[in-house]
Amino acid sequence: MTSYARVDFQTDQEVRWCPGCGDYTILASVQNFMANAGIEREKVVFVSGIGCAARFPYYMNVYGMHGIHGRAPAIATGVAITNPDLSVWVVGGDGDLLSIGGNHLIHAIRRNLDLTILLFNNQIYGLTKGQYSPTSEPGKATKSSPAGSIDHAFNPVSLALGAEASFVARTLDMDRKHTTAILQAAHEHRGSAVIEIYQNCNVFNDKAFIQLTGKTERYANRIDLVHGAPIIFGAQKEKAVVWAGGRAEIVDRAAVNPSDIIVHDAHAPDASAAFALSRLSHGPYGPTPIGIFRSVRRPVYDKVLDEEVAMSKAARGDGDLKALVTSLGTWTVD
Amino acid sequence: MDSDHSPVNPVTEAPGAAATNGGVRVDRADRMVIRFAGDSGDGMQLAGNRFTDAAAIFGNDLATLPTFPAEIRAPAGTLPGVSSFQIQIADWDILTPGDRPGVLVAMNPAALKVHLKDLRDGGVLIINKEAFDERNLYKAGFESNPVEDGTLSGYDLHAVPMQTLTKAAVKGTGVSGRAVLRSKNFLALGLILWMFGRDTKVTEAWVAKKFAKLEAVKNANLAALKAGYNYGITTGSFARQIEVSPADLPPGTYTNVNGNAALSWGLIAGAQLAGLPLFYASYPITPASEILHELVRHRNFGVKTFQAEDEIAAAGAALGAAFAGSLSVTGTSGPGLSLKGETISLALMTELPMVIVDVQRGGPSTGLPTKPEQSDLFLAVWGRHGESPLPVLAASSPSDAFEVAIEACRLALKYMTPVILLSDGYIATGSEPWRLPDMDALPDLAAPLASGPNAGDRFLPYLRDIETMARPWAIPGIPGLEHRVGGLEKEEVTGNVSYDPANHQLMTDVRAWKIANIANDIPDVEVDDPDGADLLVLSWGSTFSAVRAGVGNARNQGVSVAYARIRYLSPFPANMATVLSSYRQVLVPELNMGQLSRMIKAEFVTPVLSVNKVEGQPFTATEIADEIMKVMGQ
Ligand SMILES: Cc1ncc(C[n+]2csc(CCOP(=O)(O)OP(=O)(O)O)c2C)c(N)n1
Ligand code: SF4
Ligand SMILES: [Mg+2]
Repeated sequence: MTSYARVDFQTDQEVRWCPGCGDYTILASVQNFMANAGIEREKVVFVSGIGCAARFPYYMNVYGMHGIHGRAPAIATGVAITNPDLSVWVVGGDGDLLSIGGNHLIHAIRRNLDLTILLFNNQIYGLTKGQYSPTSEPGKATKSSPAGSIDHAFNPVSLALGAEASFVARTLDMDRKHTTAILQAAHEHRGSAVIEIYQNCNVFNDKAFIQLTGKTERYANRIDLVHGAPIIFGAQKEKAVVWAGGRAEIVDRAAVNPSDIIVHDAHAPDASAAFALSRLSHGPYGPTPIGIFRSVRRPVYDKVLDEEVAMSKAARGDGDLKALVTSLGTWTVD
Repeated sequence: MDSDHSPVNPVTEAPGAAATNGGVRVDRADRMVIRFAGDSGDGMQLAGNRFTDAAAIFGNDLATLPTFPAEIRAPAGTLPGVSSFQIQIADWDILTPGDRPGVLVAMNPAALKVHLKDLRDGGVLIINKEAFDERNLYKAGFESNPVEDGTLSGYDLHAVPMQTLTKAAVKGTGVSGRAVLRSKNFLALGLILWMFGRDTKVTEAWVAKKFAKLEAVKNANLAALKAGYNYGITTGSFARQIEVSPADLPPGTYTNVNGNAALSWGLIAGAQLAGLPLFYASYPITPASEILHELVRHRNFGVKTFQAEDEIAAAGAALGAAFAGSLSVTGTSGPGLSLKGETISLALMTELPMVIVDVQRGGPSTGLPTKPEQSDLFLAVWGRHGESPLPVLAASSPSDAFEVAIEACRLALKYMTPVILLSDGYIATGSEPWRLPDMDALPDLAAPLASGPNAGDRFLPYLRDIETMARPWAIPGIPGLEHRVGGLEKEEVTGNVSYDPANHQLMTDVRAWKIANIANDIPDVEVDDPDGADLLVLSWGSTFSAVRAGVGNARNQGVSVAYARIRYLSPFPANMATVLSSYRQVLVPELNMGQLSRMIKAEFVTPVLSVNKVEGQPFTATEIADEIMKVMGQ
C-alpha cells in the first residue's frame, strides 16, 4: 500500500477561500485523514455542487468534479453506481445540498449508495454574498431578508434521519480531532454517510456556532454522543438527557436516577431515538448534540446492482448481440 | 401508389384478380390498411400487435401506428377512452402505416364515432354489435343507433355478436365473471386472420407462451381466437377474403421491431462496440419509458439502469457515470429535456461523452403526451445557456433508430461531447420489418482513453487530440491521472480554472470548432433525384416515411421531384449548401411550425417552403403529395 503525507492530497491550485474561513480547517482535516487512512489516491472521487464549500475538489489531489448547483449527489450517484470500488465523496453547502439539491440529497440517502456526504453548514449563502439559507435561523437579517427571515429552518440531522439515512453525524470545523474521528467512521460505513459540519463563515455569518466553539460556551452546550455511553454534558458533567413522554429532554443530572439517563445506541435498528436526540436542538443556539447519531447496516444500492448484473450474467451468459436482435423472432426472405 | 388518388376499389385498393375459396370471393390487393379500434380496455393494441406478427412472418411488408389515449383509464365507452392500432400490409416496400383504412374493427360506438370518418367508402366495417346499446351510444354521442339508421349503408358492414360468441367459446375453460369478455379481442383477431387468409398458428404459439402460467386465460384466449376464425369460415355474411401476397423484400433475415426497442439495442451495441459498460439513467415519461423497460432486461450485457428521482438527477447520474468511464445515456421526452439542459452544458464544459435521447411528443408543457411531434428541434440545437454547440441526430424510422443510436455513441465517444438523439412517439411505438444488419460488420467505436501521463510525467486533461480536438478521458482508478474537471471555464491544456478573457474566447472557439468539424466525419446528404428535378423535398426524423411515399406518389402523377432525408441536424453534413443550391425550390415538411426551415434559412440564407402540422398525427403520404402538386402548380 502506498503511504501518503498530507501534501500528496494537496493540489497546485491556490486555495481561494476568505482568510479565516472554516473551510480551510475542514480541508486540512480531510487531507490529513486521507493521508493516514490508507485510501489509494486514485480510488478517490470528490464531487461537489456550487458554492464556497463546493470549491473543495479543486484543492484535493484526487479525481474530482466541480458540478452544478445542487446536483452533486446525483452526479456522485452515477460515479458510485458504475464503479462500486471507488471511494466517492460529496461536498456541498447548506444551500447547495438542502435548498436547490434537497431532492437529490434525500434520494441518495434513501437509496443508501456508498457515498460520504460532507454538508458544510454555515447557515448562509456564502458564494452569493450573504443571503439567508434553509438552515438560517428565523428572524435572521440578511441582504435578502432585511426585516428578518420568515423561513422556518431545516434541522439537517432530522432531515437525513427522516430520509432513512444509515449513517448520520454532526461535527465542528474547529474540532479537527472530532472531525477526523467522524470521517474515519463514515469512511468505514458502507452506504450513504451524512456528516453535517458546522462551518464558520467569518465574512457573512461569523460566530454562528459560538455556543459550541466559544471557550466558555462550549462546555455548557456541547453534548457529545458516544455510542454505549450515557448522554451527559456540561462543564461539570452536571447535565443529562433522559426520556420524557417520548421526547429526549435535558435535565439536571443530580435530579434523576443514573439508570434513567439515556445510553446512546447509534446502532439501534429503529431511528426513533436518534431522531429524538436530533430534536434536542434546532440549530446551534444552546445545548446541541455532536457525534454519530446513527450508524446501521442496510443493503447498499451500488453493491446490490452489481450483484444483479453478475447474477444475470451467470444465469444467461454474457450478452450476445446477435441473440438480442433476433429475440423477437425472425423470418427469412431468400 | 400509397395515396388516396389512385382509383380505388373500396376494399382492394389496387384491384386485382378475384378468385373463390369454397364459395367465398377472394380479392387480391397489393396492400391493405387495417385499423383495430376499441375502448382502452378492449385489448386493441394486443390484437394489432398479434396481427402484425402474423403478417410479418407471412412475409408482408408492413408499418404500424398505435394510438393511445393520454389517460390510462379514461372512462369506459367514452371518446377519450378510444385506443387504436393501424397497420398497413403490402406485397411491396411500403413506408407508412397508410392513410385511410380499408378495414375497420370497431369494438364500441365510441370507437366507431372516432374512426368512421377515416374508413374508405365501401370499406369493410366489423363491429361488436352487442356493445351498441343505449348507454354506450349515449356516451359516444350518437342520437340513434348507426347500425340501424342507415349511417353505415355505404360500407361492407358486419355486425358480429362478439360477446355472445366469446361467452360460448370460453365456456368450460375456467374463466368466469368479467374475465370472460376479456377474450373478445382474440375473437376479433381470429376473424381478421381468417379474412386475410392467415392461419392462427403464430398467434396460438404466442398465447401459449405468454399465458403459460395462467392456464384458464390461455385456454379462453385460444378458444376465442378459434371461434373468431371459424365464424369467418361458417358465416354466410362474410362474402369475401382479402389476399395480400408476401412482399418482394430484399433477401435477408428480418425481425419486426419498434423504435424504442431498436434504439435500446443500438445503445447496447454501441457499448459493446466501444468495449465499455452501458449506463442508462432516466425518469419515467411517455413515450420514452420503454427504453428503460427494455434496457433493464439486458443486465447480462453489463447494462446498468437507474430510475432517478427526476430528469435532472438522471442527467447528473449519467454525467457522473461518464466521468467514471461508462458509455452514458439519459433518455426522456421534451419536458425532461428542458430539465436536463444545465447538466448538458456541464457535460459540454467538462467535455465528457454522453448521449441524451429525446423521444419527442406534442408540446409545449404536458401537451399531447402520447402523440408525436418534432417540436423539440430548437431545444435540442439551441436550448442551453452559454455558447453550447453539440451534435444533434435524428432517427427516421423504427429500425433506423438502431443505427442512429450507434452513430450517436460513436460521435460522443470520439469527440468527447454530449450528443442529442431525437426520436418521437411515432417512431417509438410504431414498428416495421427490419432487415438485420451483419452484426460482425458494425464499426468499432473508440474513445480517447488515457492510460498514462501525456506530458512528461504529468497528466494534462485538456491537452487535445490535434485531429478531433477531443480531450483525453482519464477514468478514476488509474494512478497518476488524478485530475479535476468542472463547470468553471477551463484553461486550455491544463484544465485549471481560468478567468482569463482571451482563454474564454479561445475555449469557446475550440468547443465550437470541435463540433463544426464533425461535418467532415459524417456522410453527405444523399439526394434521390432520378430526373434532374427543380424541387427538393427534405425530411428529417419520422416524416421520412410519409415524405418518401408522398414523393413516390407525386412522381407517379408525372411530376419530377427530388428527395433527401437529413439524419444530422447539427452540424449539417458538409454538402448541405451544395445540395440546397442545386434546386430552385426546397420544401421542408415538419411536425412543428417550421423549425428546420428556419435553421436552414438562417444558416444557408436560402428560401425554404415549409409544410407544417401539429395535429398529433404523422403526415399522410397524400398530404405530402398534395403539397408537392401545389408547389408544382398542378
Ligand atoms: C442554478 C444556479 N442557481 C443559482 C446559483 C448561484 N449560487 C451559487 S452558490 C449559491 C448558494 C451558496 O450557498 P451554499 O450552498 O450554502 O454554499 P456556501 O457558499 O455557503 O459554501 C447560489 C445561490 C448557481 N450557481 N446556479
Ligand atoms: S464567504 Fe464565507 S464561506 Fe465563503 S469563503 Fe468567505 S468565509 Fe468562507
Ligand atoms: Mg452555506
